[in-house]
Amino acid sequence: MTAVSQDKSSELAGAVKAAAGKHAQLTITGSGSKRFYAGDIEGETLDVTGHRGIVTYEPTELILTARAGTPLAELEAALAEKGQMLAFEPPWFGDGATLGGTIACGFSGPRRPYAGAARDFVLGTRIINGKGEILHFGGEVMKNVAGYDVSRLMVGALGSLGVLLEVSLKVLPKPAREVTLCFEMPADKAIAIMNALGAQPLPLSAACHADDTLYVRLSGTELGVQAARDKLGVKPMDKGDDFWRDIREHRHTFFQDDAPLWRLSVPPATPPINLPGQWLLDWGGAQRWLKSVAPAWEIRQKAESVGGHATLFRPAKHFGAQFHPLPAKLAELHQNLKRAFDPAGILNHEPFHAVQGAA
Amino acid sequence: MATVITEKVTGASLARERFAALLSEKLPRTSVLTEKEDQRPYECDGLSAYRKLPWIVALPEDIEQAGHVLKLCAAHNIPVVARGAGTGLSGGALPHEAGVLLSLSKFNRILEVDPVNRTATVQPGVRNLAISEAAAPHGLYYAPDPSSQLACSIGGNVAENSGGVHCLKYGLTVHNVTGIKFMTMDGELITLGGKALDIPGYDLLAIMNGSEGMLGVMVEFTVKLLPKPERAQVVLAVFDEIEKAGDAVAAIIAGGFVPAGLEMMDRLAIKATEEYAKAGYPLDAESILLCELDGTAEEVSEGIAQIRTLLLNEGAREVRTARDEAERLRMWAGRKAAFPAVGRLSPDYYCMDGTIPRKHLGRVLTRIGELSKEYGLAVANVFHAGDGNLHPLILYNANNPGELEKTEALGSKILEFCIDVGGTVTGEHGVGIEKINQMCLQFTQGEIEQFHALKAAFDPHGLLNPGKAVPTLSRCAEFGRMHVHAGKLAHSELERF
Repeated sequence: MTAVSQDKSSELAGAVKAAAGKHAQLTITGSGSKRFYAGDIEGETLDVTGHRGIVTYEPTELILTARAGTPLAELEAALAEKGQMLAFEPPWFGDGATLGGTIACGFSGPRRPYAGAARDFVLGTRIINGKGEILHFGGEVMKNVAGYDVSRLMVGALGSLGVLLEVSLKVLPKPAREVTLCFEMPADKAIAIMNALGAQPLPLSAACHADDTLYVRLSGTELGVQAARDKLGVKPMDKGDDFWRDIREHRHTFFQDDAPLWRLSVPPATPPINLPGQWLLDWGGAQRWLKSVAPAWEIRQKAESVGGHATLFRPAKHFGAQFHPLPAKLAELHQNLKRAFDPAGILNHEPFHAVQGAA
Repeated sequence: MATVITEKVTGASLARERFAALLSEKLPRTSVLTEKEDQRPYECDGLSAYRKLPWIVALPEDIEQAGHVLKLCAAHNIPVVARGAGTGLSGGALPHEAGVLLSLSKFNRILEVDPVNRTATVQPGVRNLAISEAAAPHGLYYAPDPSSQLACSIGGNVAENSGGVHCLKYGLTVHNVTGIKFMTMDGELITLGGKALDIPGYDLLAIMNGSEGMLGVMVEFTVKLLPKPERAQVVLAVFDEIEKAGDAVAAIIAGGFVPAGLEMMDRLAIKATEEYAKAGYPLDAESILLCELDGTAEEVSEGIAQIRTLLLNEGAREVRTARDEAERLRMWAGRKAAFPAVGRLSPDYYCMDGTIPRKHLGRVLTRIGELSKEYGLAVANVFHAGDGNLHPLILYNANNPGELEKTEALGSKILEFCIDVGGTVTGEHGVGIEKINQMCLQFTQGEIEQFHALKAAFDPHGLLNPGKAVPTLSRCAEFGRMHVHAGKLAHSELERF
């Protein structure tokens, strides 16, 4: 892949400023790989794909800064060359996936419960706020408590608080060895085992239950992985990497379906939740995918009753995830924050506007 | 004349007594302190150079009482400063003379340890170390370990986003908190998350961590517990040149290791700690490096062998591996005692907290050396080398007239240099009142305005911890220097390499 480096900061900031002046809505667009999640937002397109390239990459500092339009493919190739990786294992959901879209959606892959989420690896951002101002928060250092942590606030905000220009990330060395072990068992037993393993000092890097099988990935040094494998006592499966990639990218057969797909984020040891439909459990039990036609209120109520929340991740008929409604006071804080960053309300709407109890 | 003064005083104390009576409608009268003698313990936090008595101290015991204090203060437009154990190093809990100092010390219960979900739910006054102690029977622990972990409380840890020696591998407080309950200034309780790994909506958990009591009063936390590593092992490497120690750190990271701890000390810090803690550090070394690996027994043995070779290749004069757990703890004891040890060399010391990209370590230490000579004040350096967090300790004597001012001027210069090399004025201690002027240098006017807008989204009347963490623009104007950068790089005139 050819690495292209272009800085379009001032053009993009100019476009936002002009839009703010005439209160014109903008739709921030990367490759479009995650449009199914963000939904069809009305407004003039603000294409950030031209603003791309790695700005700095310091393998010995474990820090990489890149422009938002940089394709993940380019980033991951540069990291792989130095034996490093994005440890939150981001789903791409499309070949063109960019860093900006990845951070704006805040998705993390199977390694998340053991290594951390996208937001955990964000150290700094350069953004354009809704007034068209270029602002820089955080930086290229691991520890930084000067000012509020605006950079992490941008993760998962779906572009509604600012246009991402640059993101600085902590990166990690790739483990020397990775193996995947599988055990046939039902969901309730798998949940118990995933959590029991999580409480032991094992080099665990993923745990998932699909098709009545528990899949466990071990990552680390050659000897460390070997010892853990001996302890668990099964032979590694072939093509473990392919399995996890399919889970991460929703290419596993479970996801090949037109039924509404729900994502439930719950305490990991929650026993199987009584809702109609099919389940796939990832993140050691903390992220549960549900294909179900049950009414939204029922799914949300069940998720809440166990201390979690539910997102309609991929609706059957239209674009755009539907998020868990918020209590009134919390929803008010969300609206205040939106106004604080985007007073004219022109950036990607306000995605988290649903209030509990309101229709 | 005298009569007028008395009347004024009486008027003021009447108002104070009247408000105290209102607070006492829900709080026991003994939990509302209005007398100077009673308020004295609250006049400062760990940054004792700044002291002030509050108007009133309130010590609520539960959420209802805390809500009562906040609602009353909101109704009467009275500032509120929340306080935990008071070990903070940036004056974040410095009282407001016209405000209520809200101490959360009575919120001191561990509500639940859930060994299956690996979480603990605790109140803000619980000490950091107490969480790990409660989790220990299950083979679990709470990872962030600021040096003050014996005394500091989790409420303050979250407010400052505290680090510790293990954060390169295990993260800061923000990475280890999955739930927060906080009260808004108008006394409403908000719940963010719990035992699940993420929350719906904007990531307010991230914003609350490190918010220095500016956005809400936090009353409960759910934190992650991790399995205790099977084994930890440390090596101590001795260097004759500090640059070589810096290169060794880079080589360890480039070698694919993520050490659990990676700490560096310079000659003066070594001397101080050795005299104090007898950790067996070589007194003639320019620098020592402590590198700890943890994990399974196999991983650790394999890694330590590789790191020993690597350190020798990088020019270490000597590499020692702890023979047993006692020696490992002794090696760490020196590092952990560094602050009090330096404190014995001098009547007073001032601890800085800059973070720098590690590659500039040599340059920064050289500059600190020059500044130290220029100001005639000795500086010892203790460095969280893994994550670039540098703690220069300036030795001074507060009894010498003008020396504190000189120390602050030197500290300010050091922080400015940290910004110049692309770092930050505070890695883990917070801005508080101490580094508020340097914020004007690190951020542009637009960025500071954005911080104020964010604060107003939570606290529109600016009653929570006013005057801390983010400077007003007029303060920056008064300070006389404002970080101006319209284009890309801050300080683009500087060479960057």
